[in-house]
Amino acid sequence: MSVEKREARQPWILLSPALTAVTLLLFVPLLFILVYSFWLRTATGADVAGFYLDNWQEALTDPFYRDILISTLRIAAITTVACAVMGYPSAYFIARSQGNKAVLLLLLMLPFWISYIIRTMSWINILGVSGALNSALMALGIISEPIQMLYNEVTVILGLVHFLLPFMILNIFVSLDGIDTNLENAANSLGATKWQAFLQVTLPLSLPGLAAGGLLCFVLGAGTYITPLVLGGPRDAMFANLVFEAIITQLNWPLGSALSLMLLAVLGALVMIYNRYLGMAQLMKGLG
Amino acid sequence: MNFHPESAPVSSVTLNNIVKRFGTFTAVHKANLEIPEGAFVTLLGPSGCGKTTNLRMIAGLLDPSEGEILIGGKRVNEVPIHKRNLGIVFQNYALFPHKTVAENIAFGLKYRSVPKSDVARRVQEALDLVQLPDVGHRYPKELSGGQQQRIALARAIVIEPEVLLLDEPLSALDANLREDMRVELKRIQSKIGVTTVFVTHDQSEALAMSDKIVVMSAGRIEQVGTPEEVYNTPASEFVANFLGASNILAGGCASKDANAALLDVPLFGSVLVPADKAPAVNAGDAAKLVLRAEKLVLKAPGSDTTGMVTAEAVVETVDYQGQTVRYFLRVGDTQLQAINMIDGRPFAEGQTVTAAFRPQDCAALAGA
Ligand SMILES: Nc1ncnc2c1ncn2[C@@H]1O[C@H](COP(=O)(O)OP(=O)(O)OP(=O)(O)O)[C@@H](O)[C@H]1O
Ligand SMILES: [Mg+2]
Repeated sequence: MSVEKREARQPWILLSPALTAVTLLLFVPLLFILVYSFWLRTATGADVAGFYLDNWQEALTDPFYRDILISTLRIAAITTVACAVMGYPSAYFIARSQGNKAVLLLLLMLPFWISYIIRTMSWINILGVSGALNSALMALGIISEPIQMLYNEVTVILGLVHFLLPFMILNIFVSLDGIDTNLENAANSLGATKWQAFLQVTLPLSLPGLAAGGLLCFVLGAGTYITPLVLGGPRDAMFANLVFEAIITQLNWPLGSALSLMLLAVLGALVMIYNRYLGMAQLMKGLG
Repeated sequence: MNFHPESAPVSSVTLNNIVKRFGTFTAVHKANLEIPEGAFVTLLGPSGCGKTTNLRMIAGLLDPSEGEILIGGKRVNEVPIHKRNLGIVFQNYALFPHKTVAENIAFGLKYRSVPKSDVARRVQEALDLVQLPDVGHRYPKELSGGQQQRIALARAIVIEPEVLLLDEPLSALDANLREDMRVELKRIQSKIGVTTVFVTHDQSEALAMSDKIVVMSAGRIEQVGTPEEVYNTPASEFVANFLGASNILAGGCASKDANAALLDVPLFGSVLVPADKAPAVNAGDAAKLVLRAEKLVLKAPGSDTTGMVTAEAVVETVDYQGQTVRYFLRVGDTQLQAINMIDGRPFAEGQTVTAAFRPQDCAALAGA
């Protein structure tokens, strides 16, 4: 075998365990879901195998699903922007701090040691009717009756930001950390103020990290059902809650399958658009 | 670019008692330095001696803990880097990877109310000056290391800086390219006449390029002088050894007058060192003879050594280096080093030779 052929084969050999796992654990189940989505759920509760388009028709035409999909994307977008705005300064601070970077990164990872569900539920202890904030406000005499702060869209977004912020910070940090600090120094020496140097040099060079963090936050945020379940009210359901509802509560696997594939398609399309847009972006040329 | 000497902004840099501490560690001890207008000054010293620290303080990237920095006669301690009008070339070039070469060079012009129409012209002039006229549209990663180096230089000088600061700009290049860039850098510097502070730990680079060399060791300035001065009249043992190899022979000064100092050293006896090469030596005190390895010549026994100081020696090691040979000799209990041009065949290990030098080639240091 020629060297070229062997070298061409090598990555596939190295990738094969991962590919096997992905195939078995992801693509095969996905295929089942796809097949399920064309089955029919009868009034008696039994599933009829076959090729029926009823679930797809319901999922694609019912304005109820469309509205929740739109509000899901909106919540994910707001969350992503909030994470970017809050995460960038933190990531910058960590990347530029000398010596204690490792400690700061460890602190950033700390929340991951606690279950996401528990972290989400902790907001009930903070914002709930008998939670820390209400108790404090009442003790200070600012309010006489506890305020209902939980179970609305704002708390859902709050919970999502709490959950997703570390992902955003890590992604931005990685790209900032890879930027030579002499680039900013060089810009300063050429006459740019700190802020101008940041806008001209550091920010554009960190965009890939910001984009990766944004994508991750958006996809994770749009696909979550725990946060709205724990922190949202009855009207704050997100799309994944509908899937959860269909499959777990109503045991309607065919409809749940169609809905989950719909969400997958929307998010997948976004990822692809993103990829394509970034792939063509001028700045990637310089980073190579 | 307006590289007319009369309009070029020339100025000098002064360090007054500069101290830089990092926590409890003192990286620079009371540095005093005067850099004349238009000079090419090199900070030379081993790794960690504080060269970069000094340069970064001049640049405004570090604040001195004590002391004063003057550029063009004005105190700049409180002036932020972007207002100092300096050109800096970093060791790793620090070109903006997301900007084209032309955009890189034009970067500094944006902050200097240069009319749009002039920007393109000045960028092209800078590219011509570094002899890369056709790469403006490329991205830095599409250039070789040496080309990136030139662009970094072009970017630094296009803004007509008061001072050009270079931190080991050649160290990332391979040996041949390094020699070329050394010549190139010197050519460009003398053409635009900008005051230049150059940092290196390579003594041959320093000797070849500088008007003035500042030899540093462990945060202290050991000596400031022309390449000839630091080479021929080292002010300390450190300088003598850092700039090429030297043999240091401890002895005493028997007498001294206006012309010469008479040193008594082991192995060779009395050596008459010219007074200007023994400025710190006093009669009756301990003194050290500095004998450069290139000045110690090996001769076959019985050769003519008129006017030279000699001793019998045995060749211990022969280190063949192409045009030159480095010998390690044993004279009595002492090992000496000699670097000689090859003239015919080099001497062989174990051979007995006459080691000889001219006393006027030596320098003397005070102390034991
Ligand atoms: N930010 C810092 N914090 C603590 N110590 C520092 C810092 N920067 C430099 N030093 C110390 O100061 C001393 C001088 O450093 P400097 O970078 O000036 O050396 P240098 O002469 O440029 O060496 P090299 O040739 O290796 O570049 C070194 O001992 C270094 O460890
Ligand atoms: Mg250095």
